[in-house]
Amino acid sequence: MEIFDLLMGGFAIALQPLNLGLIVFGCAVGLFIGAMPGLGSVNGVAILLPMTFLVPPTSAIIFLGAIYYGAMYGGAISSIMLGIPGASTAVATTFDGRPMALQGKADFALVAAATASFVGGSISIVLFTLFAPPLADVALAFGPPEEFALMILAFATFIGLGGDDIPKTFFSIFIGLVFSAVGLDIVSGQPRLIFFELPGFFHGVNFLVLAIGIYGIGEILWTMEVSKGNVVVSQANVTIRGIGKSLRALLKTTKTMLMGSFLGYFVGILPAAGATPGSLMAYGIAKATSKDSDSFGKGNVEGVVAPEAANNAASTGSMLPMLTLGIPGSPTTAILLGGMVIWGLEPGPLLFVEHKEFVWGLIASLYAANLFALLINIAFIPMFIWVLKMPFTILAPIIFILCIVGGYAPTNSMHDIWLMFIFGVVGYLMRKLDYPMAPAVLAIVLGPLAERSMRQSLIGSHGDMMTFFERPISGTIMVLGIVLLLLPLVKIVRRREAAT
Amino acid sequence: MKSINVGKLALIGAAFGLAFGGAVTAISGDANAQWQPRKPVEFVIMAGQGGGADRLARFIQSIIEKHKMSPKPLVPINKGGGSGAEALSYLKSKPGDPHIIMATLNSLYTTPLRQPGLGVDIATFTPIARMAEDTFQLWVHSDTGIKTVDEYVKAVKKAGARNWKMGGTGKGQEDSLVTAMLEKKFGFKVTYIPYKGGGKVAKELIGKHIDSTVNNPSEQAGFWDAGKSRPLASFTPKGKLKGKFGGIPTFEELGYGSDMVYYMQRSVVAPANIGKDVQKFYVDLFQKVYQSAEWQGYLSKKGLIPGWLTGQALTDYFIAERAAHKKLLKASGEIK
Amino acid sequence: MRVAELVMALAMAVFSLYLMWKSAELPIGWIPEEGPGGGAFPFWLSVGMLVCCVVIVIRWFRRTSPLSRSTEPYMDARTVRIFALAAGSLFVMVASIHLIGVYGAIPLFLIFYMRYMGSHPWRLTGVLAVAMPVVTFFFFEIALKISLPKGKTEPLFYPLYDMFL
Repeated sequence: MEIFDLLMGGFAIALQPLNLGLIVFGCAVGLFIGAMPGLGSVNGVAILLPMTFLVPPTSAIIFLGAIYYGAMYGGAISSIMLGIPGASTAVATTFDGRPMALQGKADFALVAAATASFVGGSISIVLFTLFAPPLADVALAFGPPEEFALMILAFATFIGLGGDDIPKTFFSIFIGLVFSAVGLDIVSGQPRLIFFELPGFFHGVNFLVLAIGIYGIGEILWTMEVSKGNVVVSQANVTIRGIGKSLRALLKTTKTMLMGSFLGYFVGILPAAGATPGSLMAYGIAKATSKDSDSFGKGNVEGVVAPEAANNAASTGSMLPMLTLGIPGSPTTAILLGGMVIWGLEPGPLLFVEHKEFVWGLIASLYAANLFALLINIAFIPMFIWVLKMPFTILAPIIFILCIVGGYAPTNSMHDIWLMFIFGVVGYLMRKLDYPMAPAVLAIVLGPLAERSMRQSLIGSHGDMMTFFERPISGTIMVLGIVLLLLPLVKIVRRREAAT
Repeated sequence: MKSINVGKLALIGAAFGLAFGGAVTAISGDANAQWQPRKPVEFVIMAGQGGGADRLARFIQSIIEKHKMSPKPLVPINKGGGSGAEALSYLKSKPGDPHIIMATLNSLYTTPLRQPGLGVDIATFTPIARMAEDTFQLWVHSDTGIKTVDEYVKAVKKAGARNWKMGGTGKGQEDSLVTAMLEKKFGFKVTYIPYKGGGKVAKELIGKHIDSTVNNPSEQAGFWDAGKSRPLASFTPKGKLKGKFGGIPTFEELGYGSDMVYYMQRSVVAPANIGKDVQKFYVDLFQKVYQSAEWQGYLSKKGLIPGWLTGQALTDYFIAERAAHKKLLKASGEIK
Repeated sequence: MRVAELVMALAMAVFSLYLMWKSAELPIGWIPEEGPGGGAFPFWLSVGMLVCCVVIVIRWFRRTSPLSRSTEPYMDARTVRIFALAAGSLFVMVASIHLIGVYGAIPLFLIFYMRYMGSHPWRLTGVLAVAMPVVTFFFFEIALKISLPKGKTEPLFYPLYDMFL
């Protein structure tokens, strides 16, 4: 049991007082950063990176890993409470988390999210411990055609997420994809869709700008109209007994949690994908396989559990390509990678051999961080609920301000604030006419990945489309994706036939 | 009621103003002292998060923070949009602003040349310091059995026109220019596939999705150590690279001519028209960074070439390199 | 609702035409040996948007969708008022950031919103109007080192930086 010894060695490192303190502190900091709309783990890790110079490398990565974990937990909080996904990984959590909060079940949703995160994190760490090197080969086998096939699969899972209005759902997907193309054409290196030649469009339309615009500003406008001004958003009370009850109720969702965890982990280890497609696919599958699929989107707890388990599992998963291949699976791991280089560690296949102490210290601290993030999260739930009980005329302006400040932080540009404002207002006006918004928000995340991998594949194959089907992995995923894509259409046609 | 509101509003406003105003007069320092930043300095990075330029900038920030070299922190801000066009037009829009500096790479030359509409003239920027020069090597997977440049050229030609896949980070990027240099020198044509970032390119080579790359030393170092990839030759003049990368033959040594040389500069510039005293502050600051043990250690470990340059000499260097890039871009058909 | 449905569909159709025109700045066809050109992806997706809009308009004329039959008003007078106030005050706030910065705009926005929209007592309003910018400052500028826009109020913050950074 070499792994066991290594892991025990790792725990000896992780449980040193300094490291343990850093874990607890990192989780708490990460939780708050993650809970702010607009700020996510990437901000927390980037900003605190220089601080890590003061401690040894192993403690440094432990600290940053804890922030990462805390922020992943925190992301669910703003998704559930405010309906604003703080990061693209938490979009799927809003679908059912927000309705639950509006129904007065915010406490249940928060406990469910935290528990699912814990389960997802734990399972993925165990998988990480046992199978890291062989899984690195899986990541290597994924080239552009495989990535494109995976994107098709991800799109397939969320076709079913839109409303019943088919042209409007497609419109939403298309407009999201077009916005995702703004900025730069990666193949020719030419600027693309620079509206009115404003330099702010060079960096593209940031996911956060669209998400905060639509879910933050748009949602508040919507709530104000629906709530007639002064209604309390949520009426949940938190007691220990309530939490215990929630936990028991969650036992029923074990299967969904496990599905989300495994799926999230495997999608997470693929270098390009990261946690967003993972959480999305987990949601899609949970909905498709549920007996009660119509209640999804209206406050079904499984719709919170699946994406949350998946995105935490994926965030551990994305550490794998970082450590073994030296390539980032997400912006956060990109910064972590920079940190490792600064500390004088060479990520790559030899890291597991030459820096055992570092790798296993990190893994052991992930176990610890996962546990502390759960405890801290649950401890703060009453405070979050208290915030929700504020009168709406206080909560609304505060959320507006958070949106504006949080929207500014990632890019430091007022251009993005104006864009966010426009998205919020137009999104609200469109939403009143039953245009679904979620597909656009997700399309803007997946669009660049899909276009890039498709065009890379086609350049490699000299324009031959068959490249997607000839390779075994990509062919399998592609066929699966196309089948899934057609399923909802078949359902709709059947429903129509039944109706006439 | 209304009037009371307005009155109270004014009161609160006045209180705020007084508090701040008082603080200002209390602390405003003596005028003879050297210029120092009054607020956090925006450290604009011409590339996105996680790339080579970003890592270096954050490393520099860490050194400054660790040794408390600056009274106010440097705050890295990524403005990588449009191959750095966003950063360039931002810097252009802030002439005389003493609280902005920018970490550059070679898109400092290529982006204004490829996008003349930006109206950016890099010669107007205030030069601060060149911190290092990075370079490229030609890499193949170690399973290929290709060990020399000759074998490589044979293999590419044998594969036939455009059947050899070369990975890079995008047309007009440094590696595409180097690829064009190779094509011209050896008379073959490859298929150039753009990926997002040099790290991704390195991984695609190891996953055998592409046949060769031109990577920075640091991007392939981990795989090289693990015996997965192999450098064939360096785009540097003889003897410039030290350490483990010094053992790699250069194209010049192998007799392919002294024109097979390409550098990636890692410099810092400031907007136009900042005062002499402001410039001096930043030059001194980066000199301290340059001389730090951390920076020197990083350079030798990562195969970067030390090359401190500042003042007019740096501007001259920029202008010369811009001319050289104009030629390269023209030769590769990127600009007319 | 009926009118709004048509207006929105037409507006979006115009927008997709604009996107098509803008995408066509780059090649939109199939480049041999390489696959789709740089503008193809956004261009054909914009075409897709246009098609969706056309379908929505056709449904409107045939009155086959629920919204095209709806006689409810798109916004009643009260909704228009709330919307105009909220969106308008937000607009003014964002615009004022350019001039008086985040720390000037936040308290003014809070005071307006809480007093005028919510009729909360002055004491609560005042506490929040002071606390919010202070907390924001310490969280963003000091803890996270993210500089928020300050407009003309920039020099007022130099002493604060001297004290806390």
